[in-house]
Amino acid sequence: MDLRYSDAEQAFRSSLRAWLDATLPGLPPKPSPDDWPGRRAYDTHWQRLLFDAGYAGVDWPVEGGGRGSSAVEELIFKEELERAHAPYVGVNFVGLLHAGPTIIAEGTPEQRARFLPGILRGDEVWCQGFSEPNAGSDLASMRTRAVRDGDDYVISGQKIWTSHAEVADHCELLVRTGPEDSRHRGISWLILPMDSPGVDIRPLHTIAGSTEFAELFLDEVRVPVANRVGEENDGWRVTMVTLSFERGTAFVGDLLEAVELLSATVGLARRTGAWDDPGVRRQAGHLKAELDALWALTKRNVSQAARTGIPGVGGTYFKLAYSETRHKLGEFSLSLLDRAGLAAHDLEGTDGLGLLPAGTMVEDWLRGISLTIAAGTSQIQRNIVGERILGLPKEPQGAAAGKG
Amino acid sequence: MDFEVTGFQDELADGIRRLCEGRFPLEAVRSRESTGHTVDRDGWKELGEAGVFHLCLAEEAGGVGLGLAEASLVFEALGRSLVPGPLVASHLAAGLVDGADDGTTVVGLVERPAAGAVGTGCLPVVVEHLADLDVLLVLSDEGVGRLDPASLGATPLPRPMDPLTPVWSVASLPDAEPVAGPEVAAWWRRDGAVLTAALQVGMAQWACDLAVAYAKERVQFGRPIGGFQAVKHLCADMAVRAEVARIAVQAAAVTVDQPDVGDPDVAAAGAKLLADEAAVTNGRSCIQVHGGMGFTWEVPAHLAYKRARVLATTFGTDGALAEQLAQSLADGPAPDHPH
Repeated sequence: MDLRYSDAEQAFRSSLRAWLDATLPGLPPKPSPDDWPGRRAYDTHWQRLLFDAGYAGVDWPVEGGGRGSSAVEELIFKEELERAHAPYVGVNFVGLLHAGPTIIAEGTPEQRARFLPGILRGDEVWCQGFSEPNAGSDLASMRTRAVRDGDDYVISGQKIWTSHAEVADHCELLVRTGPEDSRHRGISWLILPMDSPGVDIRPLHTIAGSTEFAELFLDEVRVPVANRVGEENDGWRVTMVTLSFERGTAFVGDLLEAVELLSATVGLARRTGAWDDPGVRRQAGHLKAELDALWALTKRNVSQAARTGIPGVGGTYFKLAYSETRHKLGEFSLSLLDRAGLAAHDLEGTDGLGLLPAGTMVEDWLRGISLTIAAGTSQIQRNIVGERILGLPKEPQGAAAGKG
Repeated sequence: MDFEVTGFQDELADGIRRLCEGRFPLEAVRSRESTGHTVDRDGWKELGEAGVFHLCLAEEAGGVGLGLAEASLVFEALGRSLVPGPLVASHLAAGLVDGADDGTTVVGLVERPAAGAVGTGCLPVVVEHLADLDVLLVLSDEGVGRLDPASLGATPLPRPMDPLTPVWSVASLPDAEPVAGPEVAAWWRRDGAVLTAALQVGMAQWACDLAVAYAKERVQFGRPIGGFQAVKHLCADMAVRAEVARIAVQAAAVTVDQPDVGDPDVAAAGAKLLADEAAVTNGRSCIQVHGGMGFTWEVPAHLAYKRARVLATTFGTDGALAEQLAQSLADGPAPDHPH
């Protein structure tokens, strides 16, 4: 067990830091959260800067056009970007973290040549069409149907939680190509051009007031069979292969943001005098212990991935623990804001208290609520830990569930 | 940076695990319940021969010269077999008290209450394992002192909370012969916290394993109870808690060995806080998964819960640890805005 970074890793960090120092001051002002064309322009410009500097697809294999960095360098990359307050991956999220790796692993040479450069250069934006209104935790029950008609699939159905759909060029779409009850065995993975006739996008408003998600209505949309990645009815496996690209760094930026939020919350408590309360101090101390442990767990997961090339079980442990810690942190900062937390606006304190960061804290608290839900609810994660790690008996699956 | 347990470290811990399984099987440990003598002298020497006490002692002093990282893995293995006795005290005393290093001398430790300590000032001093001790060390901010256990005039308490941690009450501790100064006391507190936390992680895992095994075999409503989410999720939470605490302990131990990567005192406090919580909560969940049987003396579920409560009172209690961590936050910069 060694927590020290090697000379090569430190050199990677310093050159990245130097590049960030030189580049970030030249960025245009951030667009407002609901200005989606503006956000697309901002995020894809940032991606282009990363590309030109050789940092695009830092975690992608070289054969996919990426940098092919080690898992530890990927950790350093995300750590440095967060510490420098560089832009988030933003609208490039699905392309860089999901669709791109899937196409690298399972796409044809033509698909790789057509789609990967656009993701790396920030030219093209992707969204994800996996979940459906009636297929959330039980994704394999999805019903969006694709029927072969010559060289096309004709697709009808509905998707939900499609992030950045409004500004996306392509959608990674899971469709039912097998019989209705074929579950995991009858799903295919398609690339849907978002400007296809019959695609209707309706924005969803989250409880945080944000609009990054949409519902996708598909009415007899034609997609060429050549846009299928992997074999017909093999889309579930294709999707799972993508997950093996995750090397324990998915929450690095998020976690460091939480560390900073705790620090800001302590700063607030010290300014308001709440810090004189031992109960407040102990809550903060406990959160510090949790966040430190989660940072160490991240390093363990990254180290395992670096050795074995595959993600271990630590990612599931991390998500379960982190999402609970984040809830606690959100509630903690909100309780310290007291009635200044009744609006998501930074407020000027009285008696020279300075600006109270209520805006960020309320936003963080609200967004944090999704952590125990998104990418597998905590209940599903506990099933995974119970069944796959501890070997407890499985839940009833699929059609059998209703009859049991 | 490679925070994975090395092959050597894994083998070392595995050796101790096997030693414990052979030398300290649960039925042998339990045969000493409520006897007042839980230390098996021959077993203690075998632990000594295996390096449990002199692992971190420098080679020129007759030790193995390994770090706290290795010791924390060894102590996790000891915790996982519920090995009773003053393990941490004897480890810390190696090199300071003759015979502690090879297990021929059993050394205990008690904290001298600070004058006017809030909340504990009027409580009697409670000493563990007194009848098994050759030497009792007294820890305070000023340093470490040495006492003859027979000189204490202690009163045995016939109903110890943990049947494997016999206890005595002492109205007040006499003056002890000074054997080490404040620097040693400070690092003993830090290393003692990490090693105690490692024992707690071992017990948290033991409790998880016991609960999972029972949940697989106990059938109600025609199904093993582990198939019901209410029970499955209790078990999953136990596994997560043990793992997060384990990583915190290992990171703290590495930080002590490699102080340039962080603040060892802060890391130790965080590890102890989470490990205490994991062991106590898993101990209670283990009883809960066992249902009515978990409330019986016969089923060993209560042993981990009780020992976890014992260890939670040593080398930093939850309130003090959280305060220490809070202090480290307040010492840092206080930014006006998180982003």
